[in-house]
Amino acid sequence: MPVHPTASPTLSGTPVVALDGVGKTFANGVVALDRLDLAVHTGEFVSLLGPSGCGKSTALRIIAGLSAPSRGQVAWADGGAADARTVGAHRIGFVFQEPTLMPWATVAANVRLPLRLAGLKADAPARIDAALARVGLAGFAQSYPRELSGGMKMRASIARALVTEPALLLMDEPFAALDEITRFRLNNDLLALWQSLRKTVVFVTHSVFESVYLSQRIVVMTPRPGRVFTELAIDAPFPRDESFRTSADYAGYCRLVSDALAAAIGAGEGS
Amino acid sequence: MTEAGPKHEAASRTDRALRVLLPFVVLGLGVVLWGAVVHWRDIPPYVLPGPVLVFDTLVADWAMLSEALLVTLTTTLQGFALAAVGGIGLAVLFNQSRLIEYSLYPYAVILQVTPIVAIAPLLLVYLPQPAAVLACAWIVAFFPVLANTTLGLNSVDRNLADLFRLYGATRRQVLWDLKLPAALPYILGGLKIAGGLSLIGAVVAEIAAGSAGAGSGLAYRIVEAGYRLNIPRMFAALLLLSLAGIVIFFALSLVSHLLLRRWHESALAREV
Repeated sequence: MPVHPTASPTLSGTPVVALDGVGKTFANGVVALDRLDLAVHTGEFVSLLGPSGCGKSTALRIIAGLSAPSRGQVAWADGGAADARTVGAHRIGFVFQEPTLMPWATVAANVRLPLRLAGLKADAPARIDAALARVGLAGFAQSYPRELSGGMKMRASIARALVTEPALLLMDEPFAALDEITRFRLNNDLLALWQSLRKTVVFVTHSVFESVYLSQRIVVMTPRPGRVFTELAIDAPFPRDESFRTSADYAGYCRLVSDALAAAIGAGEGS
Repeated sequence: MTEAGPKHEAASRTDRALRVLLPFVVLGLGVVLWGAVVHWRDIPPYVLPGPVLVFDTLVADWAMLSEALLVTLTTTLQGFALAAVGGIGLAVLFNQSRLIEYSLYPYAVILQVTPIVAIAPLLLVYLPQPAAVLACAWIVAFFPVLANTTLGLNSVDRNLADLFRLYGATRRQVLWDLKLPAALPYILGGLKIAGGLSLIGAVVAEIAAGSAGAGSGLAYRIVEAGYRLNIPRMFAALLLLSLAGIVIFFALSLVSHLLLRRWHESALAREV
């Protein structure tokens, strides 16, 4: 079985964004992140895996520029500043744990939002149609969010994140609140999107199974304070489908990652 | 569950019909009981007029009463409009500037908690009468709009706010595309309360002004009819006032329903 736990990423390519010794201490004294070193490479699918309270969402917010690091550096490949106003508009798509749609606006208007805010008015209708078609919501442009199921709302949310054609897609436990059947289907659709669009994806999750199924690389984090415990490469070939989910390879990776996660939790509690 | 569908639908239709019909049945019974008591106990009209007499008075005095109704309604609507603009405007201002909020909010509260009946005579001393009546309608009605709008503007989904920040939204975009739409259900709730209150404010001020010797609104007509022991006319005027209140309430409910029906929980059809 081709399993290589590695201290440094084995993937080639330039980092899109690199976190260097990033830490975050909240005003109430809670240390969410201790020292996080993380390089995200062009085109890769990387998961941040850890128990709740390990600061993985905080790390994602820091990358997005929604939260300022207390210590350390966030370096972008093109030298841009890590500030929400300059970084966000074109380079980043963000998918929250909740669909976070505007309930008063149609699906099309929700997907149009990033274009409007970023002032990208040219060919907006075509981009919206394309984004909705990509996530399988072509017929629902004029629906309101409350008319959609949970899975469809999340699809609309992903369409919104993709509409500006960002280089980097940040996803914060996007499928955690969905039922298993819907989650599996969205996992497959997300992988298909990733393969066709070649976006760089940083995916935060607390699910071992989900992270193994989706990722090329898994960064396992320790709880309170959050630190990188280890990185694991998942070398199974793409495209992956349901047959991968039942394969021996998948089971092996899951056991490996579970063990790493258990060790990470132990290490976090020990410190 | 093939049989449950139509049955369920029929049940919900019956429920809706009952909701509309029952208040009218109660009204009918009440009026009949009222008429019967007046008739059997032989109560004189200057103590308690029967429903028929009240209706006759309404018809007979229609010219005077309708004119008075128009005066009161005009004041009410003006007060309401000012309350809506003032309440929403002030709430937006508070939301944009903490310093303004800290400076002015306590005074908005003081204006609200001081009984309007006590303020009205003073306003009549310092302002011309129509302005004083309008000011009363405004003072009573604006606070619920202010309080509700403030609550609404602060109830924005945090993730949505982050999303706006991520895409570099301007303050203006955040206000118009995020905060105000999110606050709309709260604003409409405030306006619904304000509609009834502006009528109360107008009535209170008219009564206060009536003792000062001027005014021709419905409330003034009630006071005047009371002095003359014209009890049937008091009832007729009161009936018009409460009808006006009901119409205002339903008009605002309708506006609220039309604006929210596509998206807000409050406007969803209730499952029975």
